[in-house]
Amino acid sequence: MGIRERLSGNEAAATAMKQINPDVVAAFPITPSTEIPQYFSTFVDNGMVDTEFVAVESEHSAMSACIGAEAAGARAMTATSANGLSLMWEMVYIASGMRLPIVMSLVNRAVSGPLNIHNDHSDAMGVRDAGWIMLFSETNQEAYDNLLMAHRIAENEKVLLPLMVCQDGFITSHSIENIELLEDEKVKEFVGEYHPKHYLLNKKEPIAMGPMDLQAFLFEHKYQQAEAMRNAEQVILEVAKDFEKMTGRKYGLIEEYRLEDAEIAIVCMNSTAGTTKEVVDALREKGIKAGLLKVRVFRPFPVEEIGKALSHLKAVAVLDKADSLNGAGGALYTDVTSAMYLNNNNVPTSSYIYGIGGRDTTTKEIESVFNDLVEDSKKNKIENPFRYVGLRKE
Amino acid sequence: MTNIDKNTPANKMTIAGNIYEAGNSKEFKTGDWRSVKPIYIPEKCIQCGLCFPVCPEDAIPVGKDQKRTDFNYDYCKGCGVCAKVCPVKAIEMKVEGEE
Amino acid sequence: MSNMIEIRWHGRGGQGAKTASLLLADAAFNTGKYIQGFPEYGPERMGAPITAYNRISDTPIRIHSNIYEPDYVVVVDDTLLESVDVTAGLKEDGAIVINTTKSGDRLKEELKGYKGKIYTIDARKVSMETLGSYFPNTPMLAAIVKVSKIMDEKDFLEDMKGSFKHKFAKKPEVIEGNMKALEMALNEVKEIA
Repeated sequence: MGIRERLSGNEAAATAMKQINPDVVAAFPITPSTEIPQYFSTFVDNGMVDTEFVAVESEHSAMSACIGAEAAGARAMTATSANGLSLMWEMVYIASGMRLPIVMSLVNRAVSGPLNIHNDHSDAMGVRDAGWIMLFSETNQEAYDNLLMAHRIAENEKVLLPLMVCQDGFITSHSIENIELLEDEKVKEFVGEYHPKHYLLNKKEPIAMGPMDLQAFLFEHKYQQAEAMRNAEQVILEVAKDFEKMTGRKYGLIEEYRLEDAEIAIVCMNSTAGTTKEVVDALREKGIKAGLLKVRVFRPFPVEEIGKALSHLKAVAVLDKADSLNGAGGALYTDVTSAMYLNNNNVPTSSYIYGIGGRDTTTKEIESVFNDLVEDSKKNKIENPFRYVGLRKE
Repeated sequence: MTNIDKNTPANKMTIAGNIYEAGNSKEFKTGDWRSVKPIYIPEKCIQCGLCFPVCPEDAIPVGKDQKRTDFNYDYCKGCGVCAKVCPVKAIEMKVEGEE
Repeated sequence: MSNMIEIRWHGRGGQGAKTASLLLADAAFNTGKYIQGFPEYGPERMGAPITAYNRISDTPIRIHSNIYEPDYVVVVDDTLLESVDVTAGLKEDGAIVINTTKSGDRLKEELKGYKGKIYTIDARKVSMETLGSYFPNTPMLAAIVKVSKIMDEKDFLEDMKGSFKHKFAKKPEVIEGNMKALEMALNEVKEIA
């Protein structure tokens, strides 16, 4: 069962793309995702895939080419990071608005400026309302697995939304780690062929896509997108169930780690979840009932699951690797607290901004957050919910 | 699903406004946009064939004999391009309702 | 994770410290271990000080941060001893392996009282004698395997032979030299008194 390998996160993403063998890949290199199209282009050159690789001149064109290909009826993929995603911005919305199930590998990096090429989540948070399904990956394995599940989710008729798989730039993208790969044939069978119901190059059905959509119609079309996003939750779980049958690896909308009997918990995404698990185990040995809630599916946002999963706690910290710069905490914090509110959950919950611009996040820092939570759990109300960890200030 | 209007509920609309039937522009009669109206004067017309290719709405019917006939006012929106290209002034623009 | 070994590499851009950390990860992986191998990217210029890391464990590795309290430190270029605090956080029951020809007394002075074990190897000599030019990463890789005992030396050599065959498929003439560099380095690395 499976192939024991060691790959970097970028190699894992490129390998997934190779096994998916999409019709079109259009991409422009940008650190730290550059290696993905780089490795993939060698697969194309070596004849290992049938993909049409479009070496575009910008990320705006990369997403445009994906939109054109997908509308034509092809399966299209791309990869980018940070400022590359910023340059795609216009087309990112058009991809989702046109309901084209494009799959993107987003290797998270700080959006400039000042110029920084290292990891945080400001690129992903910038497109959190763009109508893309967003999966986050703790490890290389998850970046790989999430990509293998991506098309089945995005292309589902009840969904038809583009999907991005996020992983932490450098931290996982450039770190060699153990991974279990699937055989090519199994991936091919699992992902399946893409047969869109309507597409532009169908000569039996001449259609128009992307028409003018004025006051009488855009509202309804946006509602349809929101409904598709709500439908995605169930589809994500169904695909995960099939994936588990094949691999034994279980995925949900969220992952709860020693949360059931926890008194205090951290909520976070991507690679920091692993570091947090280490700290949770260490604290448990000291008798501190710490737990973790890892958000795997950030869009659609699992409001009910998160609201419920945190309801029994005495204090919660939500870690955001991007500051919304609104003076009121990070984006994940805002979403988590509103999920808690909807669940009549009044647990004291703080926002922690951390890891900005590749600032390393250590077990000691995670432990310091849990120490804060121990204090918070003794109070009914916290006075300073907008906090930082790993920041220098006097 | 081209027959949608401001009363069509969201669940009856296609996704993204996609139009799955070709040639549906004939369902949108643009003639009521017209404020200036072209008048065809067949006596002056030399059938040179310059007017109908420039009509954005295909509102100048051409017969199998390659000769044009009078305007199709269901679709003519009165842009006046045909009158501009006519070399013999066989098309005159008149304010709608004043002819 | 009590069975986890953490290693920090110090080198200069272009000397192959990152490659060495990835090769070590590969070798440990091939003996059935869970591994991490990653560089800390800074200004990527030839000659700039760079740091790379390895974690090697019998159980899955979940932690994703740099290494602050390594079991072992490898210094690929001894000129770094003046500018970089190479023993920062290094466990006293661990060890540091340095590519140098400096005397033990001088090293002790430069390491500002580090109390753990110090190993040295003249990787330049090994490299020049076996490869004919200066590639310090190959001898340093062998040196850390010897010092850390993360795998059996025979298994290591066997595995590296396979890696080199793959890596140098287009220039097989260099495989023998690289293997000799590893073997010689295994013998040359010495603990200073």
